[in-house]
Amino acid sequence: MLGLNKKDAGLFTIVIVLTMLAPFILNPFPENSELAQFNAGYPDLMQRFVIFGIFAIGFNILFGLTGYLSFGHAAFLGVGSYAAIWMMKLLTLNVIPAIIMGIIFAGLCGGGVGFVARSRSGIYFSILTLAFAQMSYALAYSVLTPITGGETGLQIKATDSPLMSSVPEGEIGRANLFGLEMGSSYELSVGGWLFTFNAGYYIAAVCMLIAFYLSIRLFRSPFGMMLRAVKSNQQRMNYTGLNSKPYTLAAFVISGMYAGLAGGLMVAMDTQVGPERMFWTASGEVVLMAILGGVGTLIGPVLGAGMIKYMENIISKINDNILHQWFAFMPDGIEDFMVFIIHPFIGKGWHLTLGIVFMLVVIFLPGGLVEGGQRIGRLFGRKKRAEAEAESTAKTPAE
Amino acid sequence: MSKSNITRRGVIKTGAAAGVAGLATPTIFDGSAWAGSHTGFTNAPQGGTVTLGFNVPQTGPYADEGADELRAYELAVEHLNGGGDGGMIPTFSSKTLEGNGILGKKVEFVTGDTQTKSDAARASAKSMIEKDGAIMITGGSSSGVAVAVQALCQEAGIIFMAGLTHSNDTTGKDRKANGFRHFFNSYMSGAALAPVLANAYGKDRKAYHLTADYNWGYTTEEAVVQATEGMGWETVNAVKTPLTQTDFSSYIAPVLQTDADVLVLNHYGGNMINSLTSAVQFGLRDKVANGKNFEIVVPLYSRLMARGAGANVKGIFGSTNWHWSLPDAGSQAFTKSFGTKYGFPPSQAAHTVYCQTLLYADAVNRAGSFNPCAVAEALEDFEFDGLGNGKTLYRGADHQCFKDVLVVKGKENPTSEFDLLEIVEVTPVSQVTYAPDHPQMGGAEATLGSCNPGA
Amino acid sequence: MEALILQVLNGLDKGSAYALIALGLTLIFGTLGVVNFAHGALFMIGAFCAVTLQRLLSLSREIVDETKTDFLGNPLKVDIPYLYDWFGADAGQSIINWSVPLAILFSIPIMVIVGFAMERGLIKHFYKRPHADQILVTFGLAIVLQEIIKYFYGANPIPTPAPPAFTGSFDFGVLLGFDPFQIVYPYWRLIYFSFAMIIIAGVFAFLQFTTFGMVVRAGMADRETVGMLGINIDKRFTIMFAIAACVAGLAGVMYTPINSPNYHMGMDFLVLSFVVVVVGGMGSLPGAVLAGFLLGILESFASMAQVIAIIPGINQIIIYLVAIIVLLTRPRGLMGRKGVMEE
Repeated sequence: MLGLNKKDAGLFTIVIVLTMLAPFILNPFPENSELAQFNAGYPDLMQRFVIFGIFAIGFNILFGLTGYLSFGHAAFLGVGSYAAIWMMKLLTLNVIPAIIMGIIFAGLCGGGVGFVARSRSGIYFSILTLAFAQMSYALAYSVLTPITGGETGLQIKATDSPLMSSVPEGEIGRANLFGLEMGSSYELSVGGWLFTFNAGYYIAAVCMLIAFYLSIRLFRSPFGMMLRAVKSNQQRMNYTGLNSKPYTLAAFVISGMYAGLAGGLMVAMDTQVGPERMFWTASGEVVLMAILGGVGTLIGPVLGAGMIKYMENIISKINDNILHQWFAFMPDGIEDFMVFIIHPFIGKGWHLTLGIVFMLVVIFLPGGLVEGGQRIGRLFGRKKRAEAEAESTAKTPAE
Repeated sequence: MSKSNITRRGVIKTGAAAGVAGLATPTIFDGSAWAGSHTGFTNAPQGGTVTLGFNVPQTGPYADEGADELRAYELAVEHLNGGGDGGMIPTFSSKTLEGNGILGKKVEFVTGDTQTKSDAARASAKSMIEKDGAIMITGGSSSGVAVAVQALCQEAGIIFMAGLTHSNDTTGKDRKANGFRHFFNSYMSGAALAPVLANAYGKDRKAYHLTADYNWGYTTEEAVVQATEGMGWETVNAVKTPLTQTDFSSYIAPVLQTDADVLVLNHYGGNMINSLTSAVQFGLRDKVANGKNFEIVVPLYSRLMARGAGANVKGIFGSTNWHWSLPDAGSQAFTKSFGTKYGFPPSQAAHTVYCQTLLYADAVNRAGSFNPCAVAEALEDFEFDGLGNGKTLYRGADHQCFKDVLVVKGKENPTSEFDLLEIVEVTPVSQVTYAPDHPQMGGAEATLGSCNPGA
Repeated sequence: MEALILQVLNGLDKGSAYALIALGLTLIFGTLGVVNFAHGALFMIGAFCAVTLQRLLSLSREIVDETKTDFLGNPLKVDIPYLYDWFGADAGQSIINWSVPLAILFSIPIMVIVGFAMERGLIKHFYKRPHADQILVTFGLAIVLQEIIKYFYGANPIPTPAPPAFTGSFDFGVLLGFDPFQIVYPYWRLIYFSFAMIIIAGVFAFLQFTTFGMVVRAGMADRETVGMLGINIDKRFTIMFAIAACVAGLAGVMYTPINSPNYHMGMDFLVLSFVVVVVGGMGSLPGAVLAGFLLGILESFASMAQVIAIIPGINQIIIYLVAIIVLLTRPRGLMGRKGVMEE
């Protein structure tokens, strides 16, 4: 299918099904239940899942294949975002030119930074990319305020009048795709459940599927093999007379363009850019996403991105009141005790939970979440086989 | 044109009440479909409750201010629902709040973490709007976040009641029809401080500014420079310092070699603590320049942060929105109510968000509707008293509160860890009022736009 | 001229903080080959040792002062530290005032234990794992450590002043023949600089002149061969980790009077210290120290008003700009060896 081998086609199909049905899958609990707190099926978070998924897939093309650890990838996300929002402010509120412009600008920056940084490897490369990103952040926050809006960032304002879109006087333009607004949703209520199908989410999801498909093709292509060769032994590769530099540069640019796509989509979904998007912690976040999910695997980075964003948005919103509701069925003393125990890990303590999860995953699942999945898969696989065997043995005597 | 409508909780609750269970009822929201059962604005509360969204920094450098804001919000909700001693409700000049929630609906709330980052703050606010059906978002403790979330609320058709945000931009060039600010701003700080400074230090002074290199720093520097120059002061130099700077020695040391005799630190939070500490370490306060004692000024004080600077704040002038030691009935009631519940006095951040919550609830009651446009109309040009700042006007032209501003000084002999600031002067509101199209506020270009009810 | 001298002093002072952190980081890199993202957290824990000691010394009993009232109008509760009871008010207070210098002694055993526990309990299992795993686990640990500190001490900075004896500043200008008050420098910052020099000299002497140090240096150069010679290099590396933790912790303790400590101070220093280490050259101790001072001085020069006037924003990016220039002209930093952390 589509030039994919059977295994990859299977994986891709699963990803398509999962992303298309995400509004159902992420909303497993009825609205009125106590567990509704854990539902993640609202437009904003679903959009973030796929956008950061794209970002992490792109990062993984560089890091997973070539082993080059970029510690400044968020800069390309930021550049893509700024390019996209200026497109919307000046030219049109349609998201497509904005996204394309985001990809182009991020690609150009990727080319520039990559050209300089690729001459170094290992941690020297990491620090070079980090330095470029931190410079972009610092300048965007301060001296470049006229272009970037500084601390407050850029939003679309009532005074903006894009050339090709007509916005009524005094109204704030909204991002759209040929008239379909990113915010518009179709809601389906089934029993106690409410599922939201959001236009923006599906547009972002389609982008992610394309990005994912391209990354599979890239992983399996001769080019991908070449990148892996860079990772396993660059020296040997050079001795065979191959110049590895153009390959790593190309990987860097592609990876930057993925970040630009993510940045452009972020603006398309939520028309706002701030410089913190480029801070080193944001670059670190995508590194953590890739490692958490499983470096060098196809689906790992997406899982890692989902995990981190889920914790950031869901765990941080649980407060003591909600805890008291959960444990209300218990006797008072035990209720307070339970709240006391869980309190440090939720709400303002979500960082603590995140740190613990990082440590546990890396200690017990060296290959990241993907390895965890594989282990569970093997466990079930074995069980199935065992069951099948047990069944067959059980049947034998009856014959 | 189809617009989103996101009334998740509400829909389900009515759905459940009507006994429509187990049936798929797909509906496309475009406003008109809801004209009957629904009043046509985002997240119209259904059933007996209404949800407010409290979006404060819970992680990062301002986590303690965020925690204090959250305490005040919980207190406000308790009072609105008729619990506790009612806090400032009895002293509030508008008498629509009766302890039966808002418009008879019990107040519930959801919380989120802004991380003091605009992206995270918007993500959190969006989840409150989309997932929890919040009708109003409030909070924040930086201007970047306030501007970002205010823009989001304008788009979504939600009222935004700003928390601690001091930059002129929030109600200046970035003002929005759906956004309201009770806290004071850079201009007011400058206007209130200048006369007191001229009085205490004389009109012939040379000032050296160190300014945090981002929007809030710029507006504060501009405001203080203009106000003090109006008093006859001269500005020797204004140097920008990076936000991420932790050691200010290399910015403080050169001050010694200029002929400046006042240092103005346009810094907030950790920046302020570190730059002030450095300035004191370098002996600036012992210095004599131009035959006068060298002085240091901190335009925006926060008691929570002043604590981090320890003894260094003693005798240093600054301005603040509110302080628990104010003698009026409202302040006393609030301090008592807050102090009894939590064991320490509230900060100015806690005060401003408590006021914002009451003001919102009262505006809804007066408007008789949760519709953001109706609420905005009720808040615009609303005059009130009894919330701790004296007679106050919520100006309609820019949605900024105009009230007296406190000029404070670090106390020489604090009796406790909370008793760090003493009030030097209460600058009357007339002195800090400006025209809505003041150049510092974005000039004539700044516009609120039109109110957006969403759906 | 005065301005330049002053900025050199500032640079040396900033540089000593950078150098101390980078030194510890390089010790861990060089000996264990581990990318330790929790090193900033060790610096932070050191600083909070000072805070903790200050709190311990100020442990108080409560008395009620009827003449004054608190914010609720009730009689004011006044805390009288037990030290006042034991040593009298003046002596007691001066002991509390000296909590930061005393914390140097207090922090050493704590940092050794923390370092030991970290290496044996966690880092040990990551020697053979990819650097990516090391980054994830140490970053996770850094978050956990700083969140624990935040849980107990809050997010706001906590004032930890230097003893009153050191609060003034020293007038260099007069010594050099300039006008008074032109070149003054706070005593505590001078002490910080001297302290850093002593620690750095101590670490170098330890590695250079002791048998233990010799073995560790041999292990840094070629771990396998040293292991094959029958030397228990692992045990020595554990000790080196504890020493590196101590260096970071002491840097933190001494830093508290300069900047009030808060729970995220480690993260603030983390990126910077990595830049310093890499500019100095991976695995090179002299390189780390040199780069620390170099970046400190350049940062100070870049923050002068005259310089900013010529190149706006230079003070924001100087460190990173220098890092880029150094790495492009000297592939392995100032003094790096070939092949360290390059794969």
